[in-house]
Amino acid sequence: MNRTRLAAVIIATLGVLALLASFHTTPGTTTRAAGASGRVGVTPAAGAAPPQSTTPPATASPGSQPPSSAPGTAQRTVDGDTVSTQYGDVQVRIVVSGSRIVDVQALTLPSDRSRSVRISDYAGPELRQEALQAQSANIDTVSGATYTSDGYAQSLQSALDRAGLKA
Amino acid sequence: MRRVEHVWGTVIGIDLADAGHEETLDAVYAWFRRVDDVFSTWRDDSEINRITRGELSIEDASPEVPIVLALCDEMRDASGGAFDATYGARAEVEPRPGLAPFDPSAVVKGWAVESAAQMLLDAGARRFCINAGGDVVVRSGSRSQPAWRVGIRHPWEHDKLAAVVHLADGAVATSGRYERGDHVIDARTGLPPTGLASVTVVGPDLSIADAYATAAFAMGRDGMEWLAHQAGIDAMGITDDRVVVTTAGFDRYRAA
Repeated sequence: MNRTRLAAVIIATLGVLALLASFHTTPGTTTRAAGASGRVGVTPAAGAAPPQSTTPPATASPGSQPPSSAPGTAQRTVDGDTVSTQYGDVQVRIVVSGSRIVDVQALTLPSDRSRSVRISDYAGPELRQEALQAQSANIDTVSGATYTSDGYAQSLQSALDRAGLKA
Repeated sequence: MRRVEHVWGTVIGIDLADAGHEETLDAVYAWFRRVDDVFSTWRDDSEINRITRGELSIEDASPEVPIVLALCDEMRDASGGAFDATYGARAEVEPRPGLAPFDPSAVVKGWAVESAAQMLLDAGARRFCINAGGDVVVRSGSRSQPAWRVGIRHPWEHDKLAAVVHLADGAVATSGRYERGDHVIDARTGLPPTGLASVTVVGPDLSIADAYATAAFAMGRDGMEWLAHQAGIDAMGITDDRVVVTTAGFDRYRAA
């Protein structure tokens, strides 16, 4: 199976950009394009797409070398740009198999690795695993349901909230 | 009573068990719109964009601005740099549409909704649920009242739930690829993060829960390990290969 395995190269001190699209604004009900692209910096989904993912992103992000999204099983590597951070230069390589990233390797790391070492050396975060199962239940509201087109959003969100995902 | 309005480009719904709070709800939604006026990075005339352009000083800005700036600093430190509201201003980052030089959005939403919850409490409301685009704040009023049942959306089966969280008082935030496409970018690679399809954080405060969920999602699979280190919250992650990973304390929120 295509287990997505990320090597422990995470450097927590790096700026991992979290771009929330929350505050795009449209007074009233005008909506921007509902698709992913055009909202916030969207990059090619290099293996990021889940099985039933929709909206393949369209625009390239500066500073990346997006691999082709052509299907296939041959592995290939794509090197990222060298990025200067306050902690030093960083460059990573991703290994792509088909449309999934199967590995992330650090080609260059900052010399000050205290934080990343602490994290990657962390012996056993108490995490539990189980298989994902779909549930249906009597619920009051839903976390994780964000939609952007207003008619769709209002109708669906309220229906989801009210009817427990029976919409 | 229940109200749903379209604010911040998303939907904010409020369920209120207490009657007679129409005016309070009016005030809450006015607050949300005011937050948009001040902090929207998508509006040229927002205070935050005027500050970024040097047209408005922080001293002359609304009193909420320094509060949010302090929150951004706090979250940047707490997340080990995973949050950086000033990422868009970095020299090596090419400007592009939607990437604001200063973007506090990731903390503004949770903070603003927590403030709204406080407005409701101050007005005498006891039991309510606010859902702001899938991020949830609940209050139960008393221990004798049942907890709110918050479904966690299934990452791929959109009409299904992955889990149900029972929560009397607190916040639930979920960050996932399904929300608005790949809106989170890993600055290390310039690519969307991989490994996690969604991350849900449960905690006492939405500004923390929301920010942590987003940061962990950006980190990819290792985000769950990072969350396991954080005090005061519990979390559930769903990996791209359909495994549910939870922190040890998450079980107490699960439906019996």
